[in-house]
Amino acid sequence: MSYIKPKFRHPRLPINTLGYTVADYDGAISTLCAGCGHDSISAAIRNACFLSSIPPHRIAKLSGIGCSSKMPTYFMGRSHGFNSVHGRMPSVATGASLANRELTYIGVSGDGDTASIGIGQFVHLVRRNVNMTYIVANNGCYGLTKGQVSATADLGTVSKYGTANQFEGIDIASLALLQGASLVARSFSGDKEQLEPLIRGAMAHKGFAFIDVVSPCVTFNNHAGSTRSYTETREHLDAMPLDFVPMREEIRTHYAAGTGQNVTLHDGSVIHLHKTGTDYRTNDRVAALNALQAAQEEDRILTGLLFLDPNSQDLNRNLNLATRPLNELGKNELCPGSRVLNSINEGLR
Amino acid sequence: MKPTNTTDPEFFHKVVDCQYACPAHTPVPWYIRLIAQQEYTEAYLVNWQSNVFPGILGRTCDRPCEPACRRGRVEDAPVAICRLKRVAADFKEDVKHRLPGAGPANGKKVALVGGGPASLTVARGLAPLGYELHLFDDRNGAGGFMRSEIPSFRLPQAVLDEEVGYVLNMGIHTHFNTFIDSMSDLLAQDYDAVFVGCGAPRGRDLPDLPGRKEAAANIHVGLDWLASVAFEHSSRIGKKVIVLGGGNTAMDCCRTSRRLGGMDVKVIVRSPFADMKASDWEKEDAVNEGIPIIDNHVPKEFVLKKGKLAGMNFEKVEAVYKDDGGRELVPTGEKPVFFPCDDVLIAIGQENAFPWIEKETGIRFTGWGTPLLNDDVTMQSTRKEVFFGGDAAFGPKNIITAVAHGHLAAVSIDLYCQGGDLTARPGPQVNLVSQKMGIHEWSYASALVEDKREAVPLVELEKALSDRALEVELGFDADAAFVQAERCLNCDVQTVFTGANCIECDACTDICPTSCISFVRNAEEQDLRQRLVVPATNTAQGLYVSDTLETGKVMVKDEDVCLHCGLCAERCPTAAWDMQMFLYNTATASLDLMEIT
Repeated sequence: MSYIKPKFRHPRLPINTLGYTVADYDGAISTLCAGCGHDSISAAIRNACFLSSIPPHRIAKLSGIGCSSKMPTYFMGRSHGFNSVHGRMPSVATGASLANRELTYIGVSGDGDTASIGIGQFVHLVRRNVNMTYIVANNGCYGLTKGQVSATADLGTVSKYGTANQFEGIDIASLALLQGASLVARSFSGDKEQLEPLIRGAMAHKGFAFIDVVSPCVTFNNHAGSTRSYTETREHLDAMPLDFVPMREEIRTHYAAGTGQNVTLHDGSVIHLHKTGTDYRTNDRVAALNALQAAQEEDRILTGLLFLDPNSQDLNRNLNLATRPLNELGKNELCPGSRVLNSINEGLR
Repeated sequence: MKPTNTTDPEFFHKVVDCQYACPAHTPVPWYIRLIAQQEYTEAYLVNWQSNVFPGILGRTCDRPCEPACRRGRVEDAPVAICRLKRVAADFKEDVKHRLPGAGPANGKKVALVGGGPASLTVARGLAPLGYELHLFDDRNGAGGFMRSEIPSFRLPQAVLDEEVGYVLNMGIHTHFNTFIDSMSDLLAQDYDAVFVGCGAPRGRDLPDLPGRKEAAANIHVGLDWLASVAFEHSSRIGKKVIVLGGGNTAMDCCRTSRRLGGMDVKVIVRSPFADMKASDWEKEDAVNEGIPIIDNHVPKEFVLKKGKLAGMNFEKVEAVYKDDGGRELVPTGEKPVFFPCDDVLIAIGQENAFPWIEKETGIRFTGWGTPLLNDDVTMQSTRKEVFFGGDAAFGPKNIITAVAHGHLAAVSIDLYCQGGDLTARPGPQVNLVSQKMGIHEWSYASALVEDKREAVPLVELEKALSDRALEVELGFDADAAFVQAERCLNCDVQTVFTGANCIECDACTDICPTSCISFVRNAEEQDLRQRLVVPATNTAQGLYVSDTLETGKVMVKDEDVCLHCGLCAERCPTAAWDMQMFLYNTATASLDLMEIT
């Protein structure tokens, strides 16, 4: 078994606008099972950060506990990271994003971390519209504890032990929509062409961006009878492809009228949706909920950008907090003294 | 693109860059692994089977393998393949009892003209099959240019004698000091076939340069002079020596001069330094011995004083490169430059010369003076029982090319003598075996080392220059050899892909350190090369394309910078990737006479 990735890289790796290659966004070699969907998500996050030219040291990776939450070790070894208590990543993320609004926050969680032990923290994170990208590697089972069905497992899916799941699964994308998330997407670990632009869009979005990623567990949930195996997922996939066009680049591709829809984000970058002939509008929360329900009824896994409010106000702005990171404020700004305290007290009389 | 046909051994053969580049296709990674395992004798035998002269080549080979080495494409310097070969020869045990001997006589008789590497290779191939072999050479010993041209300080005589001896001891009838002066006479004798491996023995001269005749006593043709030194007819040269020419012979001439009394030795060459034909390392060795190389100087005349050579005049030129790749040396218009000297060695190239082959033999020649051969595989001339090889066939090349020709000619001669079809040639010996030992374990050292290439240690300069026969290079010791051997990327351990097992999870693409693997829609090669994770711009390297997979995509692997680290196969959940050891041995007349473990 190799524990070290050789340091040699392709001599002609492309470089981004910062002069980095994708290798500068690599982390340690993965210790997850070979073929784990989570590794594909790690690679998609790595590629997205590279393509969007985000300096690695301006990124903070946050996670809880689980196979999914081990992932941040395996990408962007030069970024900040916080591996929190099980299901408590949302509170750490909230605090971090309030303390320093200038970093790009990427939360990586799993179905257990988000939909079981962490569901309470999760819904509050959503409703507060914390400025971060929250990615759930959703495999419908607890791989780290030998593959028991999880809270997101579909009703009737057969576990590796041969028993069918008796409970309705929690649809976390619908949950995020219901709780007012300002960007909601779903994707598949095996579809980087869709996942990468989604992550780039989510990182450019100011507010809570939620991406539920179907990520097959090759060891415990990739067998016949499972609704989340590679084969089953591909068979039922209904993907809405998209592109991400960063602010600085002009849109070079020309799409025939009526086949596309552009959504402009806060920073001027654009998400281009290809397949909207079905009248799908990403700015309609109720329609998005309906589309998810309809897809579920029809056994389709609807992936792509489901909902986006490009004008959302994140928590920092809503609370009208300091515009600069706390670590850049001086002693006098952080502790303005009794004169300011008095004036506040006066204002309350 | 069509799916790659991996049942054709040539695809995987090409992946093993070093072996593919080697004219004799020596299985390089195989013997380098054996060296790392301290199995020097086996490493030697792998070489001996393929290239006949491991000890000689480990010191003198032109090493086309090294510029081809993949390590040079992912790091700065290739594996020190050539000098590792020498390690195998230096540290081996006695191999005599492992080598094949003469086979039971088959009643066929073959004449070998010239005793160089090509003829010796033919002899090695045919002797075990029972051929009666007669080898003719006008010198007092076999080896050809390996003996007469390559100086002892690069190739000790003991090494040469040992390896030439292994061949001659297979019951070869040697006829030394015998100059074949008529092909007609030779053909009139009862030989079933004749092999001509007499080299390109004539060194080019400058007969029309003013002063050439008058100063003849101090002007020598380099090749002839080196031979006279090797056979101890010459042992001194003047204090000031000019060597004309920029090839490896020029380098041998100047370095030999330094050892025979030359204090102020210069190489003066027409072309720019970078364009010189000599191998980079041979230029380096000369410069290290205090020999300046003066480029862009064209010889104009020999200058005499009191009837004796006093120096030479040169015209300064400048290289002008044309769009069609051609080059012109244009005079700069400066005044001629004078260099004083006592002796001049002319090493400006060599020519084929066959004054002894009569027209009526039916052997025809090209306008270049080389024999007209049926093709470059059979080595058969226009007279069906006469075969050519080595420098005699296509002009001056090198030892390893001569060996490769020898193998081809031996196969042809055997087919010819047994009444076979020369074009129905035996295929290579090929094997492909999985290296899987456990879920994530391989039976080869898959982990990469980051050690740099090291130069071979040399003897002290002063000592080297005082003794013509003292070998300059000391060779790697066992520890250094291990480090250098471990730099090999094991390119013969192939990444073999089984599309039917693939679930397209992308694990291989994600882990590949050198971004070789892509899953994309199929297209024509030119288009496909552009759409990979990293565009495959090195078109000299192949693409490995799978059948169409379930999602409609194909797996495309750019073989250019694959490290053969096995991570794709380790991260593959379904064993769609496997690491398989690929063995490729070129067909020779007698391949299976030795057992190598």
